[in-house]
Amino acid sequence: MELPVISNSAPEASGGGCSSSGCGTAPDALGHLPDHIRSKVQDHPCYSEEAHHYFARMHVAVAPACNIQCNYCNRKYDCSNESRPGVVSEVMSPEQAVKKTLAVAAAIPQMTVLGIAGPGDPLANPERTFETFRRLSEEAPDIKLCVSTNGLSLPQSVDELAKHNIDHVTITINTVDPEIGAKIYPWIFWENKRIFGVEGAKILIEQQQKGLEMLTSRGILVKVNSVMIPGVNDEHLKEVSKIVKAKGAFLHNVMPLIAEAEHGTYYGIMGQREPTPLELEALQDSCSGDMSMMRHCRQCRADAVGLLGEDRGEEFTLDKIDEMEVDYATAMVERAKVHQAITSELEMKRALKAAPKFEAEAADKPATRPIRIAIASKGGGVINEHFGHAHEFLVYEVDSAGHRFLGHRKCTAYCMGDESCGDGETVLGQIIKSLEGVEVLLASKIGFEPWADLEKAGIQPNGEHAMEPIEEAIRAVYDELAAAGKLDQPAAAKAAA
Amino acid sequence: MALEITEVCVGCYACEPLCPNEAISAGNPVFTIDPNKCTECLGDYDKPQCAEICPIEAAIVDEIGDPLNPLGSLTGIPLHLIEEYNTTGTVVRS
Ligand code: SF4
Ligand code: SF4
Repeated sequence: MELPVISNSAPEASGGGCSSSGCGTAPDALGHLPDHIRSKVQDHPCYSEEAHHYFARMHVAVAPACNIQCNYCNRKYDCSNESRPGVVSEVMSPEQAVKKTLAVAAAIPQMTVLGIAGPGDPLANPERTFETFRRLSEEAPDIKLCVSTNGLSLPQSVDELAKHNIDHVTITINTVDPEIGAKIYPWIFWENKRIFGVEGAKILIEQQQKGLEMLTSRGILVKVNSVMIPGVNDEHLKEVSKIVKAKGAFLHNVMPLIAEAEHGTYYGIMGQREPTPLELEALQDSCSGDMSMMRHCRQCRADAVGLLGEDRGEEFTLDKIDEMEVDYATAMVERAKVHQAITSELEMKRALKAAPKFEAEAADKPATRPIRIAIASKGGGVINEHFGHAHEFLVYEVDSAGHRFLGHRKCTAYCMGDESCGDGETVLGQIIKSLEGVEVLLASKIGFEPWADLEKAGIQPNGEHAMEPIEEAIRAVYDELAAAGKLDQPAAAKAAA
Repeated sequence: MALEITEVCVGCYACEPLCPNEAISAGNPVFTIDPNKCTECLGDYDKPQCAEICPIEAAIVDEIGDPLNPLGSLTGIPLHLIEEYNTTGTVVRS
């Protein structure tokens, strides 16, 4: 469970930030993209798990207004399509946003992507959004721009978007059926009127689809986000996935509904259920086909700044930025050097990965069943987090032939610090629930008490692989279990035991 | 005749650019309508534009204080649950 973050200041929000590891896709998930698209996204911190460790992105909150209502959103807070519910960002003027971006880019040369995602709908604030893009395209041509939208104003914005240094556009598409749409969107504002129900949803869907087609026909990359709402659009999203793929979207990101009563959203208050981690994984699997699915998106807060686990937002508050003098021309030279160094490092790593590996007589092995292994990691691709400090677990499915990343399970850390374990009991229960389907948990360290409870719940804790690379550790653990004959029986028999 | 913005306004800017009379000014957090400029959109639009787009129930009221978007009219949340949420900050389900 994620704590609601309701604040104008960034510091305590770091837990929700995309700045921790892995907001992107595992490298293998990018493998089947066409070359020109892969080369565009493989260094993008939000799409490439690998790049995420080297490059950073930031968002600026210049777009407060919205033109639709979603049942998972409470307009007292930021847009829930892009930020986690219950988050409030400080709204900036385009002027302030440009200055902040330049200041951050000069201080953090790894910052390569600037996004506008809210706190409302960027295209419902065209002057503010495009003023920001226009100035950044001119003043900082080495920064890629991206924008997220509900799609309602997209067709009329495509011409303007095409003028700027736009890397990609994200459209949130939850349905292509107006009847389902009416259960998700109570109203839209269209041509000077508020339009309720099916009629409104129909217009929204038409505009989204038209916008998607217009963008892809101009060669602008489009990612589609969908919120999985059990009983409302969950089955239907398989069809959505096929359609958006056919229309040229390069990535489909299915995210779980977050609906807590404290957020005051329609779904939260009405008790609409959230999907379980296993339901989400199953849907992502059946949507994937040969389409890239994004499994790492953390629905990060709109104004996090920084790399891997750090949130440096407090260094760039509006009053501090006001006093900064940024010499961007000089910064750009420095940035180019840093980018060049990172790119060569990444290329070397990719080349090493691509090298053929010796596969030990795989064919002779008896068939063993796949299992899910959860990892506590602070990033960097190693097992380097204590169980009690983990805010999330990376879940992998491992079988005799290989492994794949399934996604991350968020949780409240069991032990927020050495002294504040008071509420540990119930938190542990929640963590165990969030680990549904997982059979082994690897962390750098696991306390005595959670150890026993994890075992009781059928999850084998293991601290032996501390500081090892995740991929090597999960292979070793799997092979050991397989050799011991523990993976011969079907998973169902084990769960019942 | 003029509309008024109440203290529940969240300052989302949605209304401000739509006003045909530039009667709305930004404020932090509550926006205001200049009663001398507001015409309730008469002659420009069928419906007052600020109230048509405003996402917050009861944020825009008429001269006698009646909300143009009463509680529950935009979200569809039943009144007793809105009441419970507004007083306790959550809704407890049994
Ligand atoms: S009712 Fe019309 S004229 Fe009056 S403030 Fe609202 S938008 Fe402006
Ligand atoms: S649209 Fe409503 S909530 Fe937004 S600024 Fe105007 S009055 Fe306030």
